[in-house]
Amino acid sequence: MKTDDLIAMLSTGSGAVEPHAVFRRYSTAIGWGALCAMLLMAMLLGVRHDLGQALSQPMFWVKVGFVISLAAASLYSVSRLSRPGSGLATAIVALAVPILFIWTVAAIALSNAVPTEREDLLFGRTWSSCPFLIATLSVPIFVALAWAMKGLAPTQLRLAGAIVGFAAGAIGAAVYALHCPEMGAPFLASWYLLGMLIPTAVGTLLGPRLFRW
Amino acid sequence: MVANEARLRGLLMRGLDGDGLAYHAFLKDLSAHLRAYFRRRLINLPEEVEDLVQESLLAIHNQRHTYDTGQPLTAWVHAISKYKLVDLLRRRAGRDLLNDPLDSDSDLFSSTDSDAAEAQRDVLKLLEQLPDRYRLPIVYMKLQGQSVAETARITGMSASAIKVGVHRGLKALAAKVRGDR
Repeated sequence: MKTDDLIAMLSTGSGAVEPHAVFRRYSTAIGWGALCAMLLMAMLLGVRHDLGQALSQPMFWVKVGFVISLAAASLYSVSRLSRPGSGLATAIVALAVPILFIWTVAAIALSNAVPTEREDLLFGRTWSSCPFLIATLSVPIFVALAWAMKGLAPTQLRLAGAIVGFAAGAIGAAVYALHCPEMGAPFLASWYLLGMLIPTAVGTLLGPRLFRW
Repeated sequence: MVANEARLRGLLMRGLDGDGLAYHAFLKDLSAHLRAYFRRRLINLPEEVEDLVQESLLAIHNQRHTYDTGQPLTAWVHAISKYKLVDLLRRRAGRDLLNDPLDSDSDLFSSTDSDAAEAQRDVLKLLEQLPDRYRLPIVYMKLQGQSVAETARITGMSASAIKVGVHRGLKALAAKVRGDR
C-alpha cells in the first residue's frame, strides 16, 4: 500500500474524536481500581475500629494528606507520561513536595521524642506487614491504571511503568490508611513509602513489555 | 517552521472535530515532514524510511486522542516520531545503527520530503490477516468510504460493532506493522 493510500484510508470516515480521552480513561481506571482495593481491604483487613476517634487527631489528617497528595501528584505524572512530548518538571516537583514534607515532619518528631520513644515512632507495631499490605492493595489499581496507560501513548515506557506502579501504591496506601492504626510520621515516611515502592519496582520491570505501541 | 506548526495544528484541530478533508491534509503534510525527518536519521537504512513513515502515521492516527490541544504540536509529533525511530533501531539492534544522534525537535517541521518511496511491507497484505470483525469494517468504511449504515447492511454487523471493529482493527494493524504477532 502506498503512503498516500494509507493516508486516504486513515482519514476516510475518521469522525470526531471525543475530547478529554485521557481524563475519562483514568477516571474509569481509578474508580474500578480503588473500588476493588476497598473491597479487598474490607474483606482481608477491616476498617480500623477507632476510625471515628482518629478523625479528631491532627496526625490522622497529616497521614491522609500525605497519601492523597502523593496519589494526586502521581496521577498527574501518569497523565503527563500518557501524552507524547509533555514536560515532566511540574510532575517531579509535585511528587517531591509531599515526600520532603513527611520526611521533615518525621525528623522533627524523632528529634523531639525521648530516645526510648523513637523506636516506637519508627517501627510502630505493624512495620513488618505494612509495606506488603499496601503492595497487595495496590494490585487491582495497578491493573486498572496499566489498562488505561496501555490505550494511550507513553513514549518512556520504563518511567511510565514506574509511575503507574507508584500511583497504584499511593492509592493503595490511601485505602490502607483506613485500616492502619499507625500514626507516627516516621512510620509513614519509611514503611508507607516502601510499600509504594514495591509496585513502583514491579512497574519499572514491566513497563517496556506492557506499554509498547 | 512556526507557520508550519500553526497551519498543521489548525488542520489537526479541525480533523479532531470531524473534518475529514482537513485531517487528510494534515496527514499528507505530516507525512512529508516525517519522511524528511526519518530520511536524515536513517542514512544507512534508506529502505526503512517509508515503512517507518507509514508506521508513524498509523500510530499518530491511533493515538490522536492523546494530543493535548494546549500543547505544541511539534513536541507531540516529535516525541512519537522519536519513539518510533528508537523502536525501529532497537528492533534492528546489534548493528552499528545507534551512532545517529537522536536530537531536538527543532528541525522536524523545517523541511519536507514528498518524494515517497515504495514501502517494503504492504499494509494491505497485513490487513488481510486480520479477523473479519476487524477487517470488514476497515475495508468497507475506510477503504471504500461507505457509511456505518451501509457497512452494517453489507456485513450484517451492528453499528457499534463496526465502530469498535475499525478502532481495534487499526490498533491490531499497527501491531502487525511493527512486527508483533
